Amino acid sequence: MHRSYLFIPGNNPAMLQNADIFGADAVIFDLEDAVSITEKDSARQLLKAYFETLSNPGFSIYVRINALTSSLGVIDISMVMNEIIEGIVLPKATVQDIKMLSKLLDTFESARRIKKKTVIIPIIETAKAVFEIGQIAQLPRVSALLLGAEDLTRDMEIERTKNGLEIQYPRAKIAFACKAFEIEAIDTPFTDVTDEEGLEADTLFAKSMGMNAKSAIHPNQLETINRLFTPTDAQITEALRVVKADKEAQKVHRGVFSLDGKMIDKPVVERAEKLLEKARHYGLLGDTDEK
Amino acid sequence: MKNNLGREIFEQSKPYIRSDAFEQEKRRLIAKKTTDESVVFLKSLSEAIDKAGLKDGMTISFHHHLRNGDLVINMVCDAIKKKNIRNITIAASSLFPNHSPLVEYIKDGTITGIVTNYINGPISKVIAEGYLKNPLIMDTHGGRARAIESGDLAIDVAFIATPAVDKDGNGTGKFGPSACGTLGYVIPDLLYAKKTVLVTDYLTDSIVEPELDYHYVDYVCTVEKIGDSEGIVSGTTKITRDPVGRKIARDTVKILESLDLIKEGFSMQTGAGGISLAVVEYVKRIMIQKEIKARFASGGITGQYVDMLEMGLVQNLYDVQCFDLKAARSYRENRHHIGISASKYGNPFEENIVVNDLDFVILGATEVDLDFNVNVTTDSLGTIIGGSGGHADTAHGAKVTIIVTNLLKARLPIIKEKVTCVTTPGEDIDIVVTERGIAINPKRTDLIEILSKTKLPIMPINELMNIAHNIAGIPKKLEINNRPVGYVRYRDGSVIDTLYSVK
Repeated sequence: MHRSYLFIPGNNPAMLQNADIFGADAVIFDLEDAVSITEKDSARQLLKAYFETLSNPGFSIYVRINALTSSLGVIDISMVMNEIIEGIVLPKATVQDIKMLSKLLDTFESARRIKKKTVIIPIIETAKAVFEIGQIAQLPRVSALLLGAEDLTRDMEIERTKNGLEIQYPRAKIAFACKAFEIEAIDTPFTDVTDEEGLEADTLFAKSMGMNAKSAIHPNQLETINRLFTPTDAQITEALRVVKADKEAQKVHRGVFSLDGKMIDKPVVERAEKLLEKARHYGLLGDTDEK
Repeated sequence: MKNNLGREIFEQSKPYIRSDAFEQEKRRLIAKKTTDESVVFLKSLSEAIDKAGLKDGMTISFHHHLRNGDLVINMVCDAIKKKNIRNITIAASSLFPNHSPLVEYIKDGTITGIVTNYINGPISKVIAEGYLKNPLIMDTHGGRARAIESGDLAIDVAFIATPAVDKDGNGTGKFGPSACGTLGYVIPDLLYAKKTVLVTDYLTDSIVEPELDYHYVDYVCTVEKIGDSEGIVSGTTKITRDPVGRKIARDTVKILESLDLIKEGFSMQTGAGGISLAVVEYVKRIMIQKEIKARFASGGITGQYVDMLEMGLVQNLYDVQCFDLKAARSYRENRHHIGISASKYGNPFEENIVVNDLDFVILGATEVDLDFNVNVTTDSLGTIIGGSGGHADTAHGAKVTIIVTNLLKARLPIIKEKVTCVTTPGEDIDIVVTERGIAINPKRTDLIEILSKTKLPIMPINELMNIAHNIAGIPKKLEINNRPVGYVRYRDGSVIDTLYSVK
């Protein structure tokens, strides 16, 4: 369960050193767009050394490799593959590329005796990928889909705007597919790092469409993203009341009951339980609440 | 000879004992100098120097309200040099990089002593190289007021850059082409200097409510320009965008909330550093959200505080110096933006001073040690890069003193076993907030009890140091050059530490 995914350039030692203090639920160490072709080797070396010295980082670790259509992607994996990595973020993902990456991961996991199954987060950033979303979401190892709106709008030859009307369709499609196959829907980054109000509006809109996390390209964006994807005190209080009232109703075998004049049935109770699960995950429930 | 903090100090100087030791002392006051004679208006600094009777070996004072835009110090020193007057002591409340022409006068013996609260720029370099004949004395803002009123810092002639002067000789910082706002630091100079010269580039008919009363003024000297008011903007008045700094600011605000310090009628002061400004921004958001109004904010005032005053979030601003032009404008226009003297701000012997009424203060540090002593005077190599200003005054006065600092700066651990120089004693520091943890002074058991119940990363200060060492390694010990070049004077007049030449 993640609210925020922070991109950090793989060749930036200062940011690597501070990766654990920014407050990201997950960090995507980037070997692709943020690293120029002349810096790729040093970035791989740096990340390799960094992963080898890291213990209990307090956030999930992902690596965005270069596309598998170039030879760079395979070199990336061979250099940085490490037990500490939660998953690989695959740019320009297609069904075919994800299957290829999955086989590659089988090989490296076996060769390096990595016990856990490294997951894949495909970036949906081509028209073809949008078309294949339903299939991509079902593939083994795929734990989330990440919308890459900048490349997608470029592929579509349409203007990228702050209000994001042009990406409503892929946003909705990703949200539905992820919900259907119980994986995370990660929204595209908001690229104006100085516009806090714009970030807030964009995040709220993505959330309203069913996205359950957002990627960030600057650590200062995390505060807003984490806050907006965290249940509020009022929501938690309300959910606790619903669950408590449901328990009372069950004692007298009632499936539907009324709370403050509103009808409460199974879907409402399930929503409240999910919210409380999230609140518990982020340590927002006190001992009294748990009772 | 060592003081109570174990720091080597000059023989026969008054050793620092404790931060509240002054409570056992009586206030010493020299007679205020007033003049019944009319103020004499002069056309040149040369004439003013002659009339004031400036001679070899005298002490002249200046303020720093024009900060890096001040032209008066350089102009006066140029005129002194032309007259071949030597062995002058400069008592300036602060010295900035634009005062670099003084370097030559230090080297040639025109200037042989400096007493100040803050030095930033080339002057500190030549002092560190040993060119200043007499020891540099670094005071606090409140301590300077004490030193002047007690006669410990006897001023022969005060040259006061004054943005506007009226026909009677009253002065103000509110108007004129070089308007800089309040003139709080210069009030002790005005009251106690043997001769006072207002140096101005703007004469007006009458000033209502002047800060500088003509009864204390001997001469007014008009010059073409006293300074560039744009230069009063400090380089550190921008809110940090550094995510590490913001994390520190967020945790600081969580501390303030946990300690219930942001509540109706509270009072605060923050430095002008980027992290402190971010703290104010977060505090402001909470105040808006919870509809809380502060009683006052004090210190060097920035535009950020002006916004809060104008939004009705703060009842009064007590301003000893304006950090930017927005603050200078507000001081001119808003009656709730109140100028205060350095004495009223932080003189330990003055009654009801503003710093003693602070609920909390947020301050910076270049180093903090395991005894919570703070250095804001030198860098880790011993080079002077600042000075107390109001650091030690507010740290002693405020109910809760919080230091905000990166744990590592340019790969250097900021928490050290012993600081290179003690500016503010650890007994007055309550909490140190870094990006990787928060240390609370063990003597503040009340704060530990409350904050240990939160999810904040509270840890002993030596653990913070170990974290820094694990990341950056243990720094090689600085080889101190044992040739003293000056000393840091605590606000009560005792010597808290010695400044050494740099190898």
